Amino acid sequence: MNGATLFGLCGAGLIGLGLYGLICHPGALRKVLAFNLIGSGVFLLFGAIARRGGGVLSSAGTGIDSDPVPQALVITGLVVAFAATAIAVALLLRLAETTGRTTLDPNGSDPAPPAGRKEA
Amino acid sequence: MPLYPLVSGLLTGLVDLGGTLLVIPLMLPVTGLLLILAIGGRYAGRIVLALLPLGLAAAAAVVAAVWETGDALSYQLGGWTPRLGVALKADGLSAVLLLTSAIVILAVGVYAQRPFRVPQGLSETRTSLVFWLLFCGVWGGLNLVFVSQDLFNLFVALELLTFSAVPLVSLDGRGETIAAALRYLLFALLGSVLYLLGAVLFYGTYGTLDIALLADQIARVNPLPAAVIAAAALMTAGLLAKTALFPLHLWLPPAHAGAPPAASALLSALVVKASFFLILRIWFDLMPVLLTQMGAQVLGALGVAAILYGGLLALRQGRLKLLVAYSTLAQLGYLFLVFPLAIGPGAARSASLVAAPGVLTGGMLQLVSHAFAKAAMFMAAGMIAAALGQDQIRKLAGIGRALPITVLAFGIGGLALTGLLPSGAYLAKTLLDGAAAESGQWWWSLAMQAGGLLTAAYLIRVFYHALSGFGEPPVLRARPARYQELVVLGLALCSILLGLLPSAMLALPELGRVAAVVTETP
Amino acid sequence: MTISLVVDIGLALVVLSLALWIIAATTVYRAVIGFIVYGLLLAIVWVRLGAADVALTEAALGGGLTGLLLLGAAARLSHHECVPVFGRPAAGPVVGFRLLVGILCTLIAAGLAAVVLLLPEPAPSLASEVASNLPATGVGNPVTAVLLAYRAIDTLLEAVVLVPAMIGVWSLATDQGWSGRPGFLTPARRTSALTLLAQVLPPVGIVFGIHLFWIGADHPGGKFQAAVVLAAMWALVLLAGLREPPRVGSPPLRLAVVVGPLVFIGIGVSGIWLADAFLAYPAGYAKPMILAIEAVLTLSITVALVFLLAGPPAADRSADGRR
Repeated sequence: MNGATLFGLCGAGLIGLGLYGLICHPGALRKVLAFNLIGSGVFLLFGAIARRGGGVLSSAGTGIDSDPVPQALVITGLVVAFAATAIAVALLLRLAETTGRTTLDPNGSDPAPPAGRKEA
Repeated sequence: MPLYPLVSGLLTGLVDLGGTLLVIPLMLPVTGLLLILAIGGRYAGRIVLALLPLGLAAAAAVVAAVWETGDALSYQLGGWTPRLGVALKADGLSAVLLLTSAIVILAVGVYAQRPFRVPQGLSETRTSLVFWLLFCGVWGGLNLVFVSQDLFNLFVALELLTFSAVPLVSLDGRGETIAAALRYLLFALLGSVLYLLGAVLFYGTYGTLDIALLADQIARVNPLPAAVIAAAALMTAGLLAKTALFPLHLWLPPAHAGAPPAASALLSALVVKASFFLILRIWFDLMPVLLTQMGAQVLGALGVAAILYGGLLALRQGRLKLLVAYSTLAQLGYLFLVFPLAIGPGAARSASLVAAPGVLTGGMLQLVSHAFAKAAMFMAAGMIAAALGQDQIRKLAGIGRALPITVLAFGIGGLALTGLLPSGAYLAKTLLDGAAAESGQWWWSLAMQAGGLLTAAYLIRVFYHALSGFGEPPVLRARPARYQELVVLGLALCSILLGLLPSAMLALPELGRVAAVVTETP
Repeated sequence: MTISLVVDIGLALVVLSLALWIIAATTVYRAVIGFIVYGLLLAIVWVRLGAADVALTEAALGGGLTGLLLLGAAARLSHHECVPVFGRPAAGPVVGFRLLVGILCTLIAAGLAAVVLLLPEPAPSLASEVASNLPATGVGNPVTAVLLAYRAIDTLLEAVVLVPAMIGVWSLATDQGWSGRPGFLTPARRTSALTLLAQVLPPVGIVFGIHLFWIGADHPGGKFQAAVVLAAMWALVLLAGLREPPRVGSPPLRLAVVVGPLVFIGIGVSGIWLADAFLAYPAGYAKPMILAIEAVLTLSITVALVFLLAGPPAADRSADGRR
């Protein structure tokens, strides 16, 4: 067992914990937190794979001790996850402002008919 | 200037570009998006209008190129090798979807000119800028999903689609649509993260994210390693959440019904099909051996559940837009029948998948026909709702006389969905029924018949109310523009006349795809 | 059992227990605080995994900016609700459902753990190919080479993806509020400590950010990390009330957001003629082009990140503070 595998297992645990939070927490902000947890778990798993891929080379002295491709992809993924969190936060704050609710109605209420003033 | 030589010259020039042609569908919407933000709200609609014919030309050129050579169009971005760089590839399947989305996007882009124009005296409105920008985002995301060959690139494409589609749902700012958008976002994000996890596991096992290279490596391995099975399961589950297959469908009806009509058309016709397309890619191209497993039967069973559930709930809806949204749920179920039916005749399970060619074509016909019909139906329903000020089905009396072209378009779209000759859906059902009979899986045919009955039932309900009303014509708050009605009618006609395509063209979805040899795992 | 393995085990255990805290915390506020600490610890984990670029990004973006976003959200939610942020949460699903989901998630985590343990040895990797192609790109940092040369399309699209996200946040304004200023980063009250911090730190931060961008070509760093640091400095200035948030209609800022991706696309298209492929660089000019792209992208991503943090525009307050 080396460090990479250990952190890979850690990532697996984070994904499980995050999934639980995403499904079970009623509040939208807690769900967003849980989504970020799942995301970081997936990235950690990717990082563990990167480390395993680099191990061979570091001993060969190329100066790269972790596969760069997953690292680049994780950086891209982090930015995308931040953007997703920003949209989710803006949506849930607007929902709270407009309806006073901070949870998604579990019955999935259907939207009311439009006011009808707008044109097609 | 004569139009035909100009157009054919343009197309020939585009086809001669070879693989570089694939860059155009990718970069055109993206450039449009950036220009709209830079130049500002007044000209947003006109910028899009200028780009739409170019997009259609590029998509048509891709179809022509694939058709002529009989092989897929490929391109290496940056000139790097496939292992290191990202490849683009358009085979027959991609070409069909590129063209379909270009046509639907053209129609929606023309239709939406009126509701999202900026009134005189204002430099910009919120809805106008947001709609046109996100319209380009959806367009770009769709094209990228259809041509990219790299699993992580596809993840970014899915995120582009999600970020563009979600704010369209909450565009009118009401509480219900914001809740619908938030629920859509959460489902979509769950789907994305599961998809990414699957891609990570593929990389961990084979060190590459290119679909062709992965397929090559997976085909040589028997039995499949646990990581690969887990990856396929996770990616499929994530994409199912994005395609709203039963039981992960909760987000779709409020989201598609709450969005403005032009956006609903895009969402129902195209956005949900993008994630379905990726499931096709994974099951047919990446790991065809999956088709011989129980998983294919599970997908088919979920498809049947969607057909029945969506159809039954559509019958119970009081509002027109919600009925159309539940109809989307049901129609998506048909698409998943291609998985269990793709296996050839039972005796020849180890034969090549080309033994069941009609299945993929049938699935594509269903998809394209539904895209045209559903976009027409949503836009028509939007015009009806705007004209009457509400869209309760019971109160539609007299609208058939007041807005004949609109109701005609809605009706033709609906008839096309039920599978009336010569619509694409009729041809699709024939092909799928044939495949079911050949492989001895008669129960899928039964499900399709039941679905057809339910579709006819809820449509008859709408027609009954819309075409009734012999008294006073209803007071219309707003008349749709003539060009809007004609565009929607044209789209509906595309759907119902799809079956008239020459049968040689039906081979298009199969072009450029490597015939996989499927051996059943012990 | 070497010392480094012991450290790794310790780190992993702390990270997992923080994650448990985040899920199990009774109030949103506590969960968000836990998340910020979690983000910073993850950065250390990334250093242990040998990924310095990712560690920088995780610390700044994952821990810093995301934490700022969520903390602000938690604070604003406390104004609106039925469920006090500092009090007990709303009733969730019943215990039976939670148990079922808990078992399911444990199974999934266990399955993934098994998959991790069964990953192939020797591990497949693209590191050798990256290394052998590195001289052609002219940069010394392999992660930068992947981001801007081999997989440039991903970076381009990622910069483009920020635009719909930003528009999505803007779209949640009311029609009247569209011409106003974004409201999430407005200060609740001015404190002297915050004002001092916002006057002293940003110049240092800006220099640090530019340095991060410049060295990113050959050492860990680059435009994402630089952009995050610059955006954080700008957010700090806004939070302290030293400057007002920019209006969304501001033409120079909109131009700043699009100039990065547009220049990138332009260079990419020129690559079709100069280097035979879209997004290819002509031989010998790779490094200057990469630096140029990174420079404009840093600007674009900084502005986009600030707008993402700043929220939808809200109607201007009238003189007496009412909207």
